[in-house]
Amino acid sequence: MDTSERAHVVLTADDIHRAVRRIAHEIVERNHGLDGLVLVGMRTRGVPIAQRIANAIQEFEGQPVPVGALDINLYRDDIGSPDRAPHIQPTEMPTDIDGKTVVLVDDVLYTGRSIRAALDALTDFGRPAAIQLAVVVDRGHRELPIRPDYVGKNIPTARDEDVQVLLRETDGEDEVRIMKLVPEPER
Amino acid sequence: MTQEPALQIATPLDARTPWTRRHLLDLDELSRDEIETILETTDAMKEIMGREVPRVPALRGRTIVTLFYEASTRTRASFELAGKALGADVINVAAGGSSVEKGESLIDTVRTLEAIGAEVLVMRHPAAGAPYLVARHLSASVVNGGDGQHAHPTQALLDLYTMRAHIGDMRDKRVVIVGDIAHSRVVRSNIWGLAAMGAKVVVCGPPTLLPAGMRHGQQQTEEPLALPHVEVETNIDTALEGADVVMALRLQKERMHGGLIPSIREYATLYQITPERLARAKTGALVMHPGPINEGVEISPEVATSLQSVIEEQVTNGVAVRMAVLYLLARGKA
Amino acid sequence: MTTLAIRGGRVIDPANGIDATADVLIVDGQIAAVGPDAGKDASETVDASGLVVCPGFVDIHCHLREPGFEHKETIETGTLAAARGGFTTVCAMPNTEPPTDSAAAVEFVLHTAQTQGHVRVLPIGCVTRGRAGKELADLAELAQAGAVAFSDDGSPVVDPHLMRRALEYAAMLGTPVIEHSEDPALSAGGVMHEGWVSTRLGLSGIPAAAEEAAVARNVALARETGSPIHCAHVSTAGSVEIVRSAKARGVAVTAEVTPHHLALTHEAVMQSGREAPGGLAYDTNAKVNPPLRTPEDVEACVAGLLDGTIDCIATDHAPHASQDKVCEFDAAAMGISGLETAFAQSLSAVPLEKVIAALTVAPAAVLGLERHVVKIGTLSEGAPGDVTIIDPKAEWTVEPETFASRGKNTPLAGRTLKGKVVGTVFGGKMAWQA
Repeated sequence: MDTSERAHVVLTADDIHRAVRRIAHEIVERNHGLDGLVLVGMRTRGVPIAQRIANAIQEFEGQPVPVGALDINLYRDDIGSPDRAPHIQPTEMPTDIDGKTVVLVDDVLYTGRSIRAALDALTDFGRPAAIQLAVVVDRGHRELPIRPDYVGKNIPTARDEDVQVLLRETDGEDEVRIMKLVPEPER
Repeated sequence: MTQEPALQIATPLDARTPWTRRHLLDLDELSRDEIETILETTDAMKEIMGREVPRVPALRGRTIVTLFYEASTRTRASFELAGKALGADVINVAAGGSSVEKGESLIDTVRTLEAIGAEVLVMRHPAAGAPYLVARHLSASVVNGGDGQHAHPTQALLDLYTMRAHIGDMRDKRVVIVGDIAHSRVVRSNIWGLAAMGAKVVVCGPPTLLPAGMRHGQQQTEEPLALPHVEVETNIDTALEGADVVMALRLQKERMHGGLIPSIREYATLYQITPERLARAKTGALVMHPGPINEGVEISPEVATSLQSVIEEQVTNGVAVRMAVLYLLARGKA
Repeated sequence: MTTLAIRGGRVIDPANGIDATADVLIVDGQIAAVGPDAGKDASETVDASGLVVCPGFVDIHCHLREPGFEHKETIETGTLAAARGGFTTVCAMPNTEPPTDSAAAVEFVLHTAQTQGHVRVLPIGCVTRGRAGKELADLAELAQAGAVAFSDDGSPVVDPHLMRRALEYAAMLGTPVIEHSEDPALSAGGVMHEGWVSTRLGLSGIPAAAEEAAVARNVALARETGSPIHCAHVSTAGSVEIVRSAKARGVAVTAEVTPHHLALTHEAVMQSGREAPGGLAYDTNAKVNPPLRTPEDVEACVAGLLDGTIDCIATDHAPHASQDKVCEFDAAAMGISGLETAFAQSLSAVPLEKVIAALTVAPAAVLGLERHVVKIGTLSEGAPGDVTIIDPKAEWTVEPETFASRGKNTPLAGRTLKGKVVGTVFGGKMAWQA
């Protein structure tokens, strides 16, 4: 089937900026401060988001929060895509996570399978007191009993749509788009 | 105000060349991009190796078979460790303890291994080209763990990875390989890999240990399919001048027979990497050896254990590189 | 009286200097006449218009493997392969099991060929007993039984003293000696030509000098003894030069070249016609002894054939079973199944008239086969009714599976060749027809 992609913007750069700051506030509020808090971004785009949240927290709390980067490719249960293996990158854990509160950060929450993989991966690094989840977009269609603790925006989507989070650090601009896969019109 | 991110943020995944290869037979078939992909994946694997429990489930349920027709401790163990760290089932088949001794043909043997579920076959064989023969007859992925005097791609990859870790960009770096060039599969794979990365390769040894077409002061063939050009030196002092990397090769003791060298003693006199000779290389030049070392023959004990020596690191990196290779090859398989 | 006429073809008969459109008339198994309309009254005719008609090809170097290696080839399959390749006479090398080192062994080959063969087989006897290179075989007995030449082919006669005595003794019998020229100390362990391809593939090389040193030795012995020697399958520019200078000095040396050494280089080992993983073929079907050499060597062999330094083309047809070839390169047997591609492969390198001469009258002269078969390799009146019919323009793809030979081992699989044998007449009867 011939398909073309049509995109429309659901979050602008400003929207993303506000959502990140709100999530930062919520994290501090729910955890009563920064004690034992570790942010872990999921590669690729969860990492700059985690970093931004940490920067925001530093700004209004005056204290740094450790930030890690987690590559979950080695923990996925959907391996075996026939044509390519993803590029995997090192996981960087800034601190021992035993007894800590880890906030996993990702760009989009969809089926929940990536989060499951991330939970497995985190377990290999220690035994956190709690794991929380922050995402920029929750697009629904969960396949596992997983729910986010902090959400930038809930965006109901259809399965034939694709949500793309673009970030300055990785893509040169900040924007969230929905792409709909539609058949090429007859000519 | 945003500050520079403290963590390394990679380019988007989709901007990279995808890995599509089924086999790793030698580095001659790989582009610079593909080699980079392996080396970057190795970075991630090294991190796993550093964990308290170095194990991930990436290849859970996959079966890797190592089939070694030559004795090997480090390469086979390195592959086994790599496979297990990725959660794969690893079966080791040694030529001595199997039907191989009963005169079963290589193709029959590997077909049997495939029938019992081998998805990746790591093989070492004394005949050059044997992994190519197997790759033609199997649907499993084949990793060349050393074939005769032809190739040893994972050794060259771990060498490249080790050099890159210390030197960074290898372009125009002088890499001097000293020893039995003619009979070395490590050299051939390293020449391809280093050429792809833009390094300048110098091979050094007596003319009797240089292969056809590599003669000091002699024009090398212009054939496009030949090994990339290298500088050929028979004098080690000239060769080491300005070297960024010095790699000594193991001298097989049986090379004394057949007139290849007069004696081990004479070889050591002429070609051993000593502190005095190493002084001709750049300050801090890396000293490497694919192992196992004949100490006091190709390399002096002082040099082998000096701060410049990264020989131990090569072994550690070997596991990570092989994890990367196994992961990239096995992951594409449904 | 049975008569067969091959009508209207371009008749090329190098021995008689004929190259003209004509009929060839065969009566009672012998050439009766060549000329326009010579065959108009024949009881049976073959229309050869647009085709080339020439004497049946003579191969003075092939391996029929029987007795002992019937899984590789038999006299029956080998001679059918010969017929398909246009050959009406093949000389069978003695490296069988047992080797052809006794009168009984010679008689076995002759008898089997008579009862099962599709074309004429002339046995070659061993130089040394058991091909062991230690003592002379009973050369007079072999010659008496029908051996047309002596050779230990597959192995050289390493001991130069023994070779000297063999030359002296064979000359008394008027029977030529064919030597596989190879210095085994120089070639030891080698599996292909030593050069940039062997270096890239990590395969042990056979240097050109391994052949040249032996050719030079053979020339020296031929000069010393005054006895003729024939150098089998020369493959290097150096060998051609040694033979050329020897001939200029009047030494009784002759030489042959194989079709594969006229047309293929050592690159065939690396790159086959088929796709190979990693781009490297390690094509065991291109593993042959002497090995395929460099383009310069190929050029020298072609030039040597054209200027008469090399006397003739011989196939060195060396069929092997698949298990001898579908294995590691180092372990693979050496040899190419060549009878069915010899003509077309030669034609890719050498002009048609020269190919025909080099496959007919020239090889017959090298071994003096006239002593055994009158007027062999010619279309002279009274010559055997052996005729090969060729379509020089036909293009065809080499499909080893369709070979009559049991040996499917050819590096030409999948390649397209020009020039096809379309009919072979042996003793006045169609031995094979496309």
